[in-house]
Formats: sequence, structure tokens, C-alpha cells
Amino acid sequence: MSLLSSTTALLGKELRTEFRSRELLTTTVVFILMVIVLFSFTFDPTYNESRRFGPGLLWLAFLFAASLMLQPCFLREQTNDTLSALRLSVNDPFAIFLAKLVANTLFLLFTELLMLPVFAVLYNVPVLRVLGQLILVFFLGSLGVSIAGTALSAISAQARMRELLLPLLLLPLLTPVLVASTQVTVGLLDASPFLEWKGVGFLAIFDVVFLTALWLFGEYLLEE
Amino acid sequence: MTSRGFSPTGIRFENIEKRYGGLAALRRIRFEITPGECVALAGRNGSGKTTLLRIAAGLVRPSSGELTFPAARGAASGPSKTEPIRERASAGFVAHATMVYDELTAEENLLLFARLQQTPNASTRVEKLLREVGLFDRRDSLVRTFSRGMRQRVAIARALLHEPSILLLDEPSTGLDPQGVGWLAATLRELRDTGCTILMSLHGESEISMLATRAIRLDAGLIVADTRTGAEVRSILTFADA
Repeated sequence: MSLLSSTTALLGKELRTEFRSRELLTTTVVFILMVIVLFSFTFDPTYNESRRFGPGLLWLAFLFAASLMLQPCFLREQTNDTLSALRLSVNDPFAIFLAKLVANTLFLLFTELLMLPVFAVLYNVPVLRVLGQLILVFFLGSLGVSIAGTALSAISAQARMRELLLPLLLLPLLTPVLVASTQVTVGLLDASPFLEWKGVGFLAIFDVVFLTALWLFGEYLLEE
Repeated sequence: MTSRGFSPTGIRFENIEKRYGGLAALRRIRFEITPGECVALAGRNGSGKTTLLRIAAGLVRPSSGELTFPAARGAASGPSKTEPIRERASAGFVAHATMVYDELTAEENLLLFARLQQTPNASTRVEKLLREVGLFDRRDSLVRTFSRGMRQRVAIARALLHEPSILLLDEPSTGLDPQGVGWLAATLRELRDTGCTILMSLHGESEISMLATRAIRLDAGLIVADTRTGAEVRSILTFADA
């Protein structure tokens, strides 16, 4: 009960501060939009090419945008040393991580869903018929990115080369998520769409394993 | 139990050492603060005051040594309770930084921390503290619009939210105007008189330093003076500032 109430209070804080400053959402949306639009100029996306390259491109854009978005996650707790205040106030430090990763997942998911119509139009890909399955993949992929990214953001925030460190640690770690998400999305955008359950299962297992690791060892990541 | 509803708790530092790489920030720190005592820490910049306070708050793990929190004799929680401070949620900490969110209002900040600390009647408690620190009329303003002194008042209110039995203050008068210092001194006096244990780092004499019943001077991470004698307490505090 304490974990749930602390997480709810902290999630409210995360959403409120973001919607007031709009720092993360704006930069993420603009970044993904630029990547999608620029790539659409570099080659003429016929329907077949789009189905082959589109999903990989889309997930790469999501991944790089996530590495930008996750950077300030713990960094802005250092401005006024608010992380110390949180550590002193919560009974379970996992609540701090849980609130941040839920907020990051929501921000990522919101951005992805906002960008999906742009992607569909520019790359001539029909998405409406598989929208439900796409949302499932976006959710599982974004959750994996957020869990690993939130943990690494806590580590990199205390390092000297913090701006470089997060992408350097995050991108190799998330390669399996990128591959699985791309494969499932390729299947969904196929002429005869299908849901590749193996990829979905892998994403779910990745999320569970990393969430458990964060629950077990997260407290150590917050220590000075 | 005191009238404020907590059991007085002391702090015992047993051979605490803290090293950052090759640098020893604290060396062989060994002393005990009895429940209800008000102790002033003095010393030049870099002498280890902040590190000591952060260790006491449970924010920094010492490299070696032990920190315990003995309860007062006859207190309800027993004579030698040594639970970690964070688990007891009994410490209020005011640091150099304000430890509040710029993008939240003063009221939102205090309500957030009150909920995290599971403070009973959070809204009433927050309203009372906002009135006490003189920010009730500005409760809906974002903290980023506040002056340094006003932010410090919010920081102090945050530390007092859960009626702590131990108060750790790192140069608490930073940014406060004379009126604010007077208010803080009166608040600390009331807390001290009701049994709250206070450990604070200070520079020089002020209304706040007059509250100290004991002074400890640190130099390069070592305790070089420790006294409870009134005149010597003043002398330690002024010497450190010289």
C-alpha cells in the first residue's frame, strides 16, 4: 500500500512538472518528426520498401529519442538535490523508480502514437487494421526502453561524462528490444499482417527481468 | 513521549570515517548527541560538516564505523533502539540546496512530501506550516518565482512536516532576512524545548547559534574541539568563522 501510494504521489509530480515545462515531450516529438521526415526525403518510399525498412527506421528513431528523453530523468533531481529529499521521504526507494519509469513509458507511448499517423502517411503504410497490435508492441517496447533507461539514467546522472554515458550504455543494452520490436512491427505491416508471438514474448520477458532487477538492486543506484 | 508525539532520539557516531578516493573527508568521528540536545557544528569550508550531516541523515554511507540512534531513557521505544534513521522517518533535513521542486507551487511541494511521509491530516499540517513560514498568501505560486529566502522557508517547512524527533540543519539561515532568522530561531527553540534533537552546521554567532547547548569544531575531518560550556561554545563558533 505504501509503495502504491508513494508511486501515485510521485507519478503525479512527474506528470505535473512535465506538463508545466514541456521539456521532454517537445524535444522528443520534434526529434522523431525530423528523423521520419528526413528519411522520407532520402529515398522514395514505395509500399514494398516502406514495409521492409520502415519499422526499423521507426524504432531507431524511438530509441534515439528515448535516449534524449531519459537523460534529464534523474539529472533534474540534482538541481535542488530533490533526490535526497525523496530518499528521505519514501519508505521504499523502488517507488522513485516506478513513478519515473511509468511516466517515461507514458511519455514515450504518447509520442509514438502521435508520430504513427505521420509515419503512415509519409511512408504509405496502412496501420489502422493492425492498430491494436501496434499499440501492444509500442507498449512492451517502450516499457523495456523505460525500465533500462530509467536505471541507467540514475547511474549516469552521478557520472562526470553524463551526457555521453547514457546513450553509450543504453543503446547496446536495448539492441535486443530494437530487434524484437522491429521484427514484430515488420510482421504487422506485412501485406498479410501477422503477430509474431515469439517477439512479443521476448519483449515481455525482457520487461519482467529488468523490472525485477531494478526492484532488487535499484536502491543501490540512488546512493551517493 | 513528548507533547509533540515523538520519542526523543539521540545520535551516536562510532568511529565514523568517510573517504572519497584518496581524500579522507571524515576521520575517527566519535561522539554521542543525547536526546533533546542542540549541537552546533563549526569549522571552515571543507572541514567535513556537510558530510557528517549527510551521514547522519542516512544519505551517505560511511566508509567505516557505525551510526546508531539511541532513544531516551524510559522512552516508549526502548533505551537502545538503533534502527536506521530513514526507516524511522524521524529526521528532518535542511541541506545547502532547497530540496524542493521549482516547477511545483509551495503548497504542492509540501503536500507531495507530506503524502510520501504519510503525514496524518496532510492538508491541515501543510496549511499550518505555510502560515508559520509566512508563505500562505503565496502558496499557489511556483517555487521558481520565489527569492532565495522564500525558498529556504519552504525547505524548512518541508523538513518540519512530519514533526521530526531529529533535525539536521546545514547552514539553515542561508538566504533568510533578519525577520526570517528570528522566526527560525524561535521555531528551533520551541523544538529544542519539546525534546527534538538538533544537529546544525553554522558559521559565526547569530540568534540561531545562541540556541546551541554544545559546540563541536571540525578541522580536516577531525573533531578538534567539543564543549558544553556556554562561553566555550560561543568561542568555538566565532573562531571557526575567523
